[in-house]
Amino acid sequence: MTTEVGSEPEVKKEPEKSSEEAQAEQQQQLAEQPAEPSESEPSAAAEPQPTPTDSTKPDNTDQQENAEAEPSSPPPSSGQKKEKGISRFLPPWLKRQKSHSQVEPKESSSPTDTPNQTLTEKQEEEEKEEEEAEAAEEQVGKAPEEAEKRQEEAGPKEEGEAVSPVVEQPAETKEVKAEVKEEVKAEEVQAENNSVGSVETQPAKEEKEGTSAEKKGEKGGEEVQESSVLSPLKLGKKMKIVVCHVTLLDGTQFPCEVEKRAKGQYLFFKVCEHLNLLEKDYFGLSFKDNADQRCWLDPTKEIKRQIRNSQWQFAFNVKFYPPDPSQLTEDITRYLLCLQLRQDVSSGRLPCSFVTHALLGSYTLQAELGDYDPEEQRLDSIADFQFAPSQTKELEEKVVELHKSHRGMTPAQADVQFLENAKKLSMYGVDLHHAKDSEGVDIMLGVCANGLLIYKDRLRINRFAWPKILKISYKRSNFYIKIRPGEAEQFESTVGFKLPNHRAAKRVWKVCVEHHTFFRLTNPEQPTKSKFLTLGSKFRYSGRTQAQTRQASTLIDRPAPYFERTSSKRISRSLDGAPVISVSDHGHMLDSARTPGSGENGHDPALELSSDSKSKLRVQGENIYVRHSNLMLEDLDKTQEDVLKHQASISELKRSFMEAAPEPRPSQWEKRLTGSPATGLRLQAQGSAEDKLNSEINGQPEVIEVVEETVVIEEVVKAAKPKSSAPEVSVTVASSATEEVPEVKEEEEKSASSDSESEEEAEFHPQSPSDSAHHIQEEPEEEQEQSQKAPPTNAEPQQDAEPETTDKVEAVVNQQKEEDEKTPGEETVVAPEDAPNGHHVQDGEEALTSLGAVAEEEEELEPCVVNGDASHAETERVPQVICCSEPPVVKTEMVTISDTFAAQKTEIATKEVPIVHTETKTITYEAAQLDGTGDGEPGVLMTAQTITSESLCTTTTTHITKTLKGGLSETRIEKRIVITGDSDIDHDQALAQAIKEAKEQHPDMSVTRVVVHKETELAEDDD
Amino acid sequence: MQADFGRFTHAVIRAAPDSLAAQALRSGPAELQVDMEAVRREEEQYVSVLEKTLGLRVVRLEADEELPDCVFVEDPAVVCGNTALITRPGAPSRRKETEALKTALANLDLNIVEMTDESATLDGGDVLFTGREFFVGLSKRTNRRGAEILADTFQDYAVSTVPVLDTLHLKSFCSMAGPGLIAIGSSEAAQKALKTMQQMSDHKYDKLTVPDDLAANCIYMNLPDKGHVLLHCTPEAFPESAKVFEKLKDHMLIPVHNDEKRKVDGCLTCCSVLINKPSKV
Repeated sequence: MTTEVGSEPEVKKEPEKSSEEAQAEQQQQLAEQPAEPSESEPSAAAEPQPTPTDSTKPDNTDQQENAEAEPSSPPPSSGQKKEKGISRFLPPWLKRQKSHSQVEPKESSSPTDTPNQTLTEKQEEEEKEEEEAEAAEEQVGKAPEEAEKRQEEAGPKEEGEAVSPVVEQPAETKEVKAEVKEEVKAEEVQAENNSVGSVETQPAKEEKEGTSAEKKGEKGGEEVQESSVLSPLKLGKKMKIVVCHVTLLDGTQFPCEVEKRAKGQYLFFKVCEHLNLLEKDYFGLSFKDNADQRCWLDPTKEIKRQIRNSQWQFAFNVKFYPPDPSQLTEDITRYLLCLQLRQDVSSGRLPCSFVTHALLGSYTLQAELGDYDPEEQRLDSIADFQFAPSQTKELEEKVVELHKSHRGMTPAQADVQFLENAKKLSMYGVDLHHAKDSEGVDIMLGVCANGLLIYKDRLRINRFAWPKILKISYKRSNFYIKIRPGEAEQFESTVGFKLPNHRAAKRVWKVCVEHHTFFRLTNPEQPTKSKFLTLGSKFRYSGRTQAQTRQASTLIDRPAPYFERTSSKRISRSLDGAPVISVSDHGHMLDSARTPGSGENGHDPALELSSDSKSKLRVQGENIYVRHSNLMLEDLDKTQEDVLKHQASISELKRSFMEAAPEPRPSQWEKRLTGSPATGLRLQAQGSAEDKLNSEINGQPEVIEVVEETVVIEEVVKAAKPKSSAPEVSVTVASSATEEVPEVKEEEEKSASSDSESEEEAEFHPQSPSDSAHHIQEEPEEEQEQSQKAPPTNAEPQQDAEPETTDKVEAVVNQQKEEDEKTPGEETVVAPEDAPNGHHVQDGEEALTSLGAVAEEEEELEPCVVNGDASHAETERVPQVICCSEPPVVKTEMVTISDTFAAQKTEIATKEVPIVHTETKTITYEAAQLDGTGDGEPGVLMTAQTITSESLCTTTTTHITKTLKGGLSETRIEKRIVITGDSDIDHDQALAQAIKEAKEQHPDMSVTRVVVHKETELAEDDD
Repeated sequence: MQADFGRFTHAVIRAAPDSLAAQALRSGPAELQVDMEAVRREEEQYVSVLEKTLGLRVVRLEADEELPDCVFVEDPAVVCGNTALITRPGAPSRRKETEALKTALANLDLNIVEMTDESATLDGGDVLFTGREFFVGLSKRTNRRGAEILADTFQDYAVSTVPVLDTLHLKSFCSMAGPGLIAIGSSEAAQKALKTMQQMSDHKYDKLTVPDDLAANCIYMNLPDKGHVLLHCTPEAFPESAKVFEKLKDHMLIPVHNDEKRKVDGCLTCCSVLINKPSKV
């Protein structure tokens, strides 16, 4: 997987080729890819190949759409080079990745690795977080543990501080973040600019922003596709299409073809398109697991891996019940919420009194049937409606009686009234989970917008508002919340609950994390920043927060979409907010319904377009728009101003929803929302990070190489840890026996951390925005501390395990450091954690920056193959490559963490700065090199020997070479360990173990380098 | 739900039996002599305020000498909206008080729900309805099962439980003094209970702290022509607390004498069941 040779230039120039060559496996896929560009997705886009149409419909369509969309959407960064243009075509995800990988290789000339790296780091961090979240969800795993470890390691200080002092820290952290973001932006820009060849922070930033904006915009449309595509990327080989059956809220089935490896996001967006739903963040897809428990489909993860052996059967549901539905922007959103609530009420999930049943039922009738009509409406027909779990004649009579009083009310108004009453119900939006308290008493945990409710039977016996909760965690089947100490209390307390099983505990934990993120950050006092911070620090919820989605909703300026109500088939044309609703037209069911439904061609096409392909929407959006506006003028007395306004806002709309819609990434929204470039950048960075994360998550291979360049002896241990799917991680640990303290460069893999999905426990610090800031600060500090400490311990593999812990913020910081360090060459000591981040960054956009590195000598070409593929994706848009792995051919410098020694040997270091081909998931740890010696001088080869051994899930190849250098004999041992297995394997642990063993076997040697390649998707592709 | 809070059209009261003086349950010292004449006077004023001052339709129930505590109609029934929960009073001697009340409430076309579970006990004095949710005091008179049944009866609302240790009822030290305004006593127990309620609620409540726990029991109404109305303690009984009430500028303040019944744990809210029965439906 990982090749340690510095063929950077080649890669850059010929990213595709190199990648292909490098990755024989991938090549096969690639071969297929060309045929099926659509599948290849974004990666394909990178390639010159036009988006071919073929194999998988969805993918193809996506790509095509993307392509179309891209052109249509003017790229903000038009000034940028061709690559950018290409990137446009690429789906956002791909772009990001591409930017990392492709850019770097192509523009190898550009020396700035740092910016890219930082970005990548952030992304990686985000990814990690996401992964952690995933891990927590699925396997619960390492990530959380690691995080905990870090925290613990970071020190008691942190914890202690975290609790109380946290508050103080936040401000600082924020600043850091801001800086980081800027840097990131700059970096990104640079990466993009790499083509230009100059690393210009500021200008670059602007460009970046522009690009990011473009990306965002494009992403909106493309991302969805991309996301779907991404998963397929690996597909390169074979696209397997699966038909998902989604039960919509009106009870109808929506069959949707998806690529077998598609992520949840893809399906979700498809459904939203079908529904013509823009305010989608309140919704989600659920499925039943083997235990018949309802689970939420994680949009960032592959569907297949989530449903496991279950059917591809899903339900479209409300996930976050808006506390105030009247604040929803569109009637269609309210309508869907109504449908969900009707289900909830009739199923008994939302208990309410007789009177309320009757009232809600009467509004349902008004919305579905229109005004009471004594001739048409009889009790026997009313009986078709399910108003309550147990429906009595008395109830039906009461419903009818109340229905009569709603005369004149439009469907939209009836929905509003329905929601106004439903939202007051005490169990509205409360997600209940069975549990036992510490004494074994049966209770229910209710997760809601405001916090966690504890019920015993029907009684609320306790309540923990989000602000009161410091930490949410789970371990095995236990679920814990750490409570902020009260006024009179000194210490926080932890409350534990026993869930029926591990999965249930994980489920509650996840729901809590998501609800906290979604609702808690709504606080108007804390702008989006806080959200991000939170996200950055601990978050696992990848979607938008309520505040974000509300802001986004304000940009919605489309005519009220046409939609049919289940029973009546009537059209609801009510505008948002609108008093405008023309009662006469719409009020009467039959007539109005017919007119709008069949009569207006515009509506239907529009619907189709929107639902079918975003790209189409974009292209044709204006036409549709005009039609609507006309309609509005005619029917709704809309003024021309409105029309103009609509038109003017079209672009915005597109960006915000059409494009963005696919991926609800906070970043995009924020960008739009906040005019300030800085924020925008941040957002972008995060967004990109997320994208990367996603892509990585998808299962791209991660390669971690640890290379030592020791004067005398080197051991290279490569351990590969497969992700859950079938990732292969090759860790190369080179230990140098150098007498002196060789500088160990260790890079930790973000991916590794993220990979650890097999966590049995996870933590989440739900803090208010301010609090979150604190956390963030804390973490960064920890990291810093670690980093400082790390240098000495560089060689230690343990660090690798920890990567997850690092927060984005931290990563960023680290990256910065790294950059600085780079400049000097070797001296700076980078915490291992940091290093990984940096590497990751390199993988993606960082590649660009790494270009400089390329220029430099690279000793190691890592299994660029994987990387190469990735790189292809970006530049060439190789469909398959798209995802994560591919980074790029670019050989990046190892920003690695070097020991202080390194500093001394600056000269050497510079020379020898190892260049690592980073793939998205390649993490390299290197010990600082003393080396000028070791690497610089080729020495005479004395002996060479290769040993291969296999165990259950690992294959270890040991390559031992002895060389004579200037009278010194140097033994270099390179171990390549391939860990194969599914998600159940704790890759991090395996990696750590491999490194540990390597060290133990050669105590007199030092580990100079660890490279981890993770190839998750590839493995899957093979399936 | 909110808008209607405090809106009442009817009140059910019950005359005090002569047996009250000697046999009514009391948590205070038994030496205190209850002057039945004074009880009657208080009763008259109470009814007069409801009927004449406030214009409510008052339903009077006959006293039953077998039921010395029957004047305290709050405990055998909890009415919210169109539903009346006939409780199972915690004191066995009071269980039969429900019969007359049930009949009266049924005559008002309320949906009657009876607490038949023999393991359940609930006194209306432990039920605080805030307009948004219920708080049920778990006391000597009210147990968890009773609260559960209340929760099952009024499913629209959250029902949270509050431990009540030192006093007879939850409303022995608190009550609603306005929409979102809780009148609360100053005792440690009262303050602790308030904190519990605040923690358990998704809603924000303002508090009106009065020096005397017993003075915190008042009756809030929001009447069409009167606006905010508050029946509270007299300055003679609780001078300091009365001053606090007098600071409520927006309320129509009506001091009500309750000195005699207080001797047998009677509070202002204890003596009536208030009902909102829109004439229209």
